[in-house]
Amino acid sequence: MLFDIEVKISLKKGMLNPEATTIERSLDLLGYKVSNVKTDDIIKFQMDGDDAGKIKENVADMCERLLCNPVIHDYEINVVPQK
Amino acid sequence: MKIGVIRFPGTNCDRDVAKAIELAGLTPEYIWWSEDKLTDYDGIVIPGGFSYGDYLRAGAMASITPVIDGIKELVKEEKPVLGICNGAQILGEIGLVPGVFITNEYPKFNCEWSELKVSTSRTPFTKAFKTNQTISLPIAHAEGRFFTEDIDLLKDQDQIVLQFKGKNPNGSMEAITSVCDESGLVVAMMPHPERACEEIFGSDDGLNFFKGFL
Repeated sequence: MLFDIEVKISLKKGMLNPEATTIERSLDLLGYKVSNVKTDDIIKFQMDGDDAGKIKENVADMCERLLCNPVIHDYEINVVPQK
Repeated sequence: MKIGVIRFPGTNCDRDVAKAIELAGLTPEYIWWSEDKLTDYDGIVIPGGFSYGDYLRAGAMASITPVIDGIKELVKEEKPVLGICNGAQILGEIGLVPGVFITNEYPKFNCEWSELKVSTSRTPFTKAFKTNQTISLPIAHAEGRFFTEDIDLLKDQDQIVLQFKGKNPNGSMEAITSVCDESGLVVAMMPHPERACEEIFGSDDGLNFFKGFL
C-alpha cells in the first residue's frame, strides 16, 4: 500500500525565529498589522508498506538522523494511506 | 605533517585554508566527501562555504557523508579537527561539539572584522594565545548564532573557545562563536582564521590556529 507522508518541522517553543520576525516587519511595511508570525517547514514524500505504524517509526528515525536537528526542532509526522 | 582539507560540493574556503596550512609549515591535502579512510592524516580542517547549498539546514547534508565517519575515527585516535564557519556548523550537526549555529538574530549576512576573546587556551588551536587575550579575525556568515541547551555544562567543562568582545553581531548565546568537545581537540569556530594569516590582510592572528597542528 502506498502512503502519503508529511513531516512538519518547527522551531521549538520559545526559540527565536528571524525569518518570522522579518515577515512580520515586512507585512507591517505593507500596512498589515499582524502578530505572532511563525514559520514551519513541510516535507512531503511517499512510501510503500503494509503497516502505517512501522512507516511512522521509520520517518521518526529520518527526522532524528537528517530532517531535523533535535536540539532546535520539534516535528509532527502524518501518515495517510492513498485511496 | 599532512593535514586533510575536506571538500564537499559547495565548499569555497578550501584553497584559502590550504594556503594557510602551508604558511604554518604543514602540508595540506584535499579530501573529497566520499573518502572514509583518513588514518594517514595528522589533522583535519573542515573549511567554510555552503556545502550542498545549505539545503535543509547549514551542514545537514554534509553530516551524513562517508568522510564524517573517517573524521569520527580520527577523533577517536585523538587527532585534532578544526571546523571553520560551514565546517563549524557541520561539527555541530554531527554532535562532535555541543550546540548549533543557526540564523543570525538579525538575519543579515555579516561580513566584517570582529574582536574576539580567547576564552580557553587549552585547545591545540588556541594554545599560542593567553586565556582572555583579545584577537582579531573576520566573520562572514548569516547562520552563526550559537545556541545550546546547556550553557552551564559548557562553562563547567571549559568548552567555550572564543567569544565576541564588545559587539555581539549575531545574537549568539553569551556571545560564543567557538566551542570545543570535552577533550579540546575538536574545535568549531565561526570566524575565519584563514583570512587573517598575513599582516597584509590586517591581522595574522589566524595563523596560530593552523600552527596548532604542530
